[in-house]
Amino acid sequence: MRAITDSATMLRRQIKHIWRYPSLILTFAAVPVVFLLLFVYVFGGTMGAGIGGDRTAYVGYLTPGIMITTIAGAAQGTAISVATDMAEGIIARFKTMAIARVSVLTGHVLGAMVQTFIAIAVVTGVAVLIGFRPSASALDWLGVVGALVMFTFAITWLSVALAMVSKSVTTASNLPMPLMILPFLGSGFVPTESMPTGLRWFAEHQPFTSVIETLRALLAGRPAGSSFVEAAVWSAVIALAGYLWARRLYNR
Amino acid sequence: MRTIETPGPMPAISVTGLRKSYGSHRVLDGIDLTIPQGTIFSLLGPNGAGKTTTVQILSTLIRADAGEIWVAGHDLAGEPDTVRAAIGVTGQFSAVDHLLTGEENLRLMADLLHLGRSRGGRRIRELLDRFGLTDAARKPVAAYSGGMRRRLDLAMTMVGTPRIIFLDEPTAGLDPRSRRTMWQIVRELVEQDGVTIFLTTQYLEEADELADRIALLSQGELVAEGTPQELKRLVPGGHIVVRFADADGYRRAVPHIGATSRDDAALTAQIPGSGGVKTLKNLLEWLDTQAVDVAELTVHTPDLDDVFLTLTQESSTKEPSR
Repeated sequence: MRAITDSATMLRRQIKHIWRYPSLILTFAAVPVVFLLLFVYVFGGTMGAGIGGDRTAYVGYLTPGIMITTIAGAAQGTAISVATDMAEGIIARFKTMAIARVSVLTGHVLGAMVQTFIAIAVVTGVAVLIGFRPSASALDWLGVVGALVMFTFAITWLSVALAMVSKSVTTASNLPMPLMILPFLGSGFVPTESMPTGLRWFAEHQPFTSVIETLRALLAGRPAGSSFVEAAVWSAVIALAGYLWARRLYNR
Repeated sequence: MRTIETPGPMPAISVTGLRKSYGSHRVLDGIDLTIPQGTIFSLLGPNGAGKTTTVQILSTLIRADAGEIWVAGHDLAGEPDTVRAAIGVTGQFSAVDHLLTGEENLRLMADLLHLGRSRGGRRIRELLDRFGLTDAARKPVAAYSGGMRRRLDLAMTMVGTPRIIFLDEPTAGLDPRSRRTMWQIVRELVEQDGVTIFLTTQYLEEADELADRIALLSQGELVAEGTPQELKRLVPGGHIVVRFADADGYRRAVPHIGATSRDDAALTAQIPGSGGVKTLKNLLEWLDTQAVDVAELTVHTPDLDDVFLTLTQESSTKEPSR
């Protein structure tokens, strides 16, 4: 009970930070928006032909990948803000108070999720503006949001742990960087069938691909099937590992 | 052998055999402390002596390697959360949220302590007023001066009405006026709220000004402990310096006044003694009857600087360097 009320208090602290410094969300959204425009307008013609369609078809193919890229990019921002906060005296104050210890971290995770979702909304809005036309039903949308929540939750806990294992804010901003590459080494930008065997095997079995495929299916109004289950399992595993790791580092 | 202690009120903090090492570096090497309730205790020592480590251990931030520690009547190792509920910590680097306003910082504390809307609001207004922050309440802390930040820091610590407050170098980097304001606030905490203060400082003047008892920490060991007066008595250093008006008077007087050191060129002589009124009166009377002209007379009483320098020096020459 105490953990819930204290986490809510810590979330309010994070929301105030976001409200006062909204520029961070713009930074979160800017990189994926640039990727989106770059891939649609520069590579879009060729890419569209590659998947047997045109530029507009590629927007539909690309958007799920860009959504996931947004989550990976926001993880970097989360790591920076957690590492910065951990260096502040106020964390020592929280640690010497009789509060639910984990609430400092849950506050960060929930706050980061709010930021990430605003960024995803912005990115999706831009995608719609340049021709993204999802044919998802209300139920499909529920699935889309569900998959995004699960995966954001997982990646955020992971980035909190990465932030805490870093000795400095600079390290914290670099550690989650490989996450940005994973949508490329998956089905985020091109179909995995076009990749060489070894890379293709990796791309088809890594967690990002299952989430991207889930989103792609649901947004196109198709059932997601086993990729949804896979995405859920991956998210649960990453979230649990990230949570346990972060908690251990915090209690050190 | 142990003496039988008369049962008295439980001490606020009691520490026996506290040890802490980082790798092969021994930071605290067997510290014993007893701090009575409602007093100000000051831990004094140079940088790297282990002051902050001691505060971090006593305030449950890090674990000790060895030692029995009781804080506010609870075993620190066994009941850290009960201890946390009784203490407040104001660290060396202000433990405030710089992105929030002063009022929001206090509200954060009130919410974490589950004070509730109206009781929390009352407490916040009371503390803003008491610490002179009412006008700045709605401004972000980033715009506060150093002194205001420290006051807010202490106000946040006070939201939970702690019985023991740890102040780790509370005036480091403050200007003299802000430092005096902090001292006044600290005194009021003890007088009005009956709080016990555990203060660490590098400023001897601060310890002298505030503390009931002072312990000197040097290289992880307590080299002295007592009231400021007791500590000052530990080292010699009190003396009277007389500068004579002319060489004739100087020559006539010096053999008779018990000077321990003299400076023929400057016509000054130094006479040991803690500068008691009687010594001084006798000296002046003698000089008067001998018709010796004195240009200047200064009385030097030992201060904590003498104690500090003497004792920390002793312990550093005693210990082989590591």
